[in-house]
Amino acid sequence: MTSFHINGRAVTVDAEDDTPLLWVIRDTIGLTGTKFGCGIGMCGACTVHVGGRPTRSCITPLASVAGAKVTTIEGLDPEGRHPVQRAWADLQVPQCGYCQSGQIMQAVSLINDFPSPTDRDIDAVMAGNLCRCMTYVRIRNAIKQAAAQSKKVATDE
Amino acid sequence: MDDASHGEPSEDTVFKKLLIAVLALGCLGLAGFGLLAWRPAIAPATLPPPGSFAPELIAKGEALAGGGYCAECHTTKGGQNFAGGYAFATPFGVIYSTNITPDPETGIGTWSETAFRRAMHEGVSRDGSHLFPVFTYDHFTRLSDEDVRALYAYFMTRAPIHAPARPSGLPFPFNIRYLQAGWKLLFFRPGRFEPDAEKSAEWNRGAYLALGLSHCGACHTPRNLLGAEKAGKAYGGAVIDNWVAPPLTAANPAPAPWTREELYDYLRTGASKLHGTAAGPMFPVVQGLGALPDSDIRAIATYFADVDKAADRLPYVSGAVSLAMSNALAKEGDKFDPDTRLYTAACASCHYNATGAPLAARPDLALNSAVHLPDPSNLIQVMLRGIGAEEGLPGVVMPAFGGALSDADVARIAAYLRRTRTSLPPWPDLATKIAGIRRQNGATD
Repeated sequence: MTSFHINGRAVTVDAEDDTPLLWVIRDTIGLTGTKFGCGIGMCGACTVHVGGRPTRSCITPLASVAGAKVTTIEGLDPEGRHPVQRAWADLQVPQCGYCQSGQIMQAVSLINDFPSPTDRDIDAVMAGNLCRCMTYVRIRNAIKQAAAQSKKVATDE
Repeated sequence: MDDASHGEPSEDTVFKKLLIAVLALGCLGLAGFGLLAWRPAIAPATLPPPGSFAPELIAKGEALAGGGYCAECHTTKGGQNFAGGYAFATPFGVIYSTNITPDPETGIGTWSETAFRRAMHEGVSRDGSHLFPVFTYDHFTRLSDEDVRALYAYFMTRAPIHAPARPSGLPFPFNIRYLQAGWKLLFFRPGRFEPDAEKSAEWNRGAYLALGLSHCGACHTPRNLLGAEKAGKAYGGAVIDNWVAPPLTAANPAPAPWTREELYDYLRTGASKLHGTAAGPMFPVVQGLGALPDSDIRAIATYFADVDKAADRLPYVSGAVSLAMSNALAKEGDKFDPDTRLYTAACASCHYNATGAPLAARPDLALNSAVHLPDPSNLIQVMLRGIGAEEGLPGVVMPAFGGALSDADVARIAAYLRRTRTSLPPWPDLATKIAGIRRQNGATD
């Protein structure tokens, strides 16, 4: 039995300690916004936040999130209007869309860590998130737009 | 001819006399050793009622039991607290920890405070037999009588658990407890902690905790062939359970010195920005120390900042940090280099920093202790196992790459980090080392 919080809700899951967090999120809890890509932590499609940090859920053992706070794409913003999500829609980033929830979760942390990300920062931090539709140029633009928007929101407040 | 030999004793007689003398000496020696080794049993006592201990004393004992990590060794994985049975794989054989709940039959329920104190200070069981030094009485002997009393009050007020001790797997002659008296004669110096009048009260408090209760040397000091901590090599670093307990002296190879502040952050929160995260066998240490007040953690930090001579390197901290990080950037390799690509895909989403100063939530591997140690075990362990939410930075995890990366890929990342993040020689035989660690982890987990 492992207990943790997901999108603000307390859950207790009865599964083996080494069950990948991704399976629990999708199959047990039923939140299917987070995707299975490669299963070896190399494509980023399964990225969620654990304790606010981007984490590849496909290789994170369930036991290791005991007591932690997990956020998935469904819990990022109550209305799906996080600055990164808005930039994604504005610039029509997704093509097939499969990698997008992982991309967005990773991009949110990137902007938190580097409020004015350079191309180098974006390349370094986002390179572990693959997009087979090759929307990388739009991803980069959307990150810059969202970063600018976040800063504007911060100064307005 | 016969006559001539009468005056002299025959060779036979000389030999007999010598033999008798040797035997007599041997017997005397044995008797002497026996006398020296012999400890009386202390009569069984009835369990004092819980009400006989002051609540403050029990609370103090609880904090001390945390700071001594008693539960870590006296509990099996998933087992009941303090019921014993934890297996120590020593170089001499497997030995199991004992039940220290107040169960009269299988625990310490019949131990008087005198018997408990003798065990802590002298390493002797209530029945008079010598305890093995996996129980680190060579450290606990430094504890004050008051602290031992508080620990006694705490343990005697735990719920008794019936859990018989598992017989040790030590082979002959290591299983003879009587011989432990010889080990003690060679290596054990009993006695309470002696404060150093030249040092501050805080330093002395830290030394008292580090040398006694928290027994830091038990892991961080290398041991000799008979399993005793090497005199003169205190905190020199040692290998334990397939992890490295790094040197706590000036010989520690991390680029940034372990200052009082870094030590405090590491011991209190489980992570230091300029060194890394407390993982593996160090995690229960941080967890246990959580029971001690901030002042005690500061005291331990003060003591070790003196042991590692951090003050000498203090003026160079920021320079050393930015130098290490900019060197790493310079050697990183271009984005088409296969090793750089592997690192970028697997690690850089978290382990990347933009400037010469790392972000707390982005542990920088150019500064990380594990990358700079002569033995790659800690780096390999963390890559394979990841880091749980409880360990290190609270609530944050590192995924376990053990099931995702092959030995060859783990080796490539380790070699890449060693090459780009340090100026140290490459680690030899990484793939063999990784396979060995995987095998041993599989056997013990």
